[in-house]
Amino acid sequence: MQKPHSLLKVEDVVSYIGPYTILHGASVDIKQGEAVVILGRNGAGKTTLLKTIVGLVNTRSGSITFDGKSIVGMPTYDIIKEGIALVPEDYGTFNMLTVEENLRLAMLKEDGESKDRLDYVLDLFPDLKIAYKRLSKTLSGGQRQMLSIGRSLVNENKAILIDEPSKGLAPVVIERVALALQEIKKHTTVVLVEQNFALASAVGERYYIVSEGQTVANGQVEDLVKDKELQAAHLGI
Amino acid sequence: MGAILTLLINGLAQGALIFLMASGLSIILGMMGVINFAHGTLFLWGGYSYVWAYYVIWNRVAQARFPDAYAIGQWGGSVVRVDRIALPSGQALPFHLDLLIFLAALIIAVAIVFFIGMIFEKLFINKVYNNAPAQILVTLGLQVIFTDVARFFFGTEGIQIVPPNFLNGTTRLWGGTIVHYNIFVILVGLAVALIIHRIITKSRIGMVIRAGLQSPEHVKAIGINIRRYFTYIFAVGAGLAALGGALYMPFVGAVTSTAGMNNQILAFIVIVVGGLGSFLGSAFGSVFIGLMTVVISLFVPALSVVANVLVMALVLVFKPNGLFGMAVNN
Repeated sequence: MQKPHSLLKVEDVVSYIGPYTILHGASVDIKQGEAVVILGRNGAGKTTLLKTIVGLVNTRSGSITFDGKSIVGMPTYDIIKEGIALVPEDYGTFNMLTVEENLRLAMLKEDGESKDRLDYVLDLFPDLKIAYKRLSKTLSGGQRQMLSIGRSLVNENKAILIDEPSKGLAPVVIERVALALQEIKKHTTVVLVEQNFALASAVGERYYIVSEGQTVANGQVEDLVKDKELQAAHLGI
Repeated sequence: MGAILTLLINGLAQGALIFLMASGLSIILGMMGVINFAHGTLFLWGGYSYVWAYYVIWNRVAQARFPDAYAIGQWGGSVVRVDRIALPSGQALPFHLDLLIFLAALIIAVAIVFFIGMIFEKLFINKVYNNAPAQILVTLGLQVIFTDVARFFFGTEGIQIVPPNFLNGTTRLWGGTIVHYNIFVILVGLAVALIIHRIITKSRIGMVIRAGLQSPEHVKAIGINIRRYFTYIFAVGAGLAALGGALYMPFVGAVTSTAGMNNQILAFIVIVVGGLGSFLGSAFGSVFIGLMTVVISLFVPALSVVANVLVMALVLVFKPNGLFGMAVNN
């Protein structure tokens, strides 16, 4: 069997926001088709890692390659066009746009395939179909999360980076998000930042743990589930 | 009844002119986060460009049609001078020429300032995004410099300008006096408001504007180069200010170099009163301030400026989202 090639490789990245260095040498290596979770305590740098990958946070040193191409220093909108989608923390959906407009604005192409993917999104999240013509500010938190995830699926993406989709959602809604992510990871490489260990372990196959801006551990999620010591040390579970 | 009608028309015309300036200012502030103190100078350049273009074209056409038309003086400053031309008594340009000259001068004025706006954004504003103190310094600097450049070009004395013949009249109605030019200004304001509203609600650019008002970062994060839109939005805002300036000068009868700053203050008051970043808010706010200004200047002229500032202060204290609660929450 052919070894899956490295899709997203982050090596020794140091990144900063204004005067503050947030990542101090983070490295992740994500293979095509994997579902990887990034774990760690609040403020460890998980969100910054995702933002650094898509260029919303500046990189000082280290390398980031996506599908064999260096993306350090590229503007965010060009990185997105390379085939990475970001589902930001707190949804990032646009209140004054309807559900339809949110999805259409995110479409990089208006071809037949994009239309098919839009239909797929509406099948995956029937709530969005019902609220299609409504302003997204009228949606519940769970629906906004679905819209945000749905928005990342309307393009032909190679990888989807998802930042804490469970945040602020009721357990029953988190379950629906988990089901959707399990469906999505069949087709796409998924990188999931998550505090909710149940959701993380339901979706992820492999994990990285980020602590104080560095990646400190990685392995198979099934091993982490058994390793109470590691969980206690870095996740506070 | 007649007085009320007159006031209403004047106030709406005033409101329409402020709106042309405030709408661009509001979107630039709300979406790009730029406090543009140079907006008044763009308005002023719109006014001067219009007056200059209008006289240059009108003089040529008049001299071509009436060989005995003669210069009776000059207008202008150190660089740009235009002749004041008198026509033989009882002569006037036909309607269609008047109309064409008027439209051409408006288009030239808007185009010049659109271009100036692009240069402002590319060379200066571009460098100071997310840096409010620098924005104030840069835009205020541009305001001062370009207002002085305008004085140098066009002179410090006011240049008289009246509306084109076909708009330069009045009608008596129910005891009130209706100035035709004011009706025209109201119609232009209304048409521009409807066009912009349609663009904002129906087009892809409108979607980017509505999304960008909430979060430029998230717009980037879905693969859109929002900076590219910024240049055009700034330039369109400049063009609208220029249209306002061009229509304002015949409204008051002369172009003077202080008109920019005065109207900029009104525009800032309007966007506070109407709600920051809201296009509809700036439309309603303009009408409100326009009507209030004419009413107060009639009854207590001494308070006309104070009243506007007072309204702004009260709105800031009691209704920080604008009088109509339309501010776009960032």
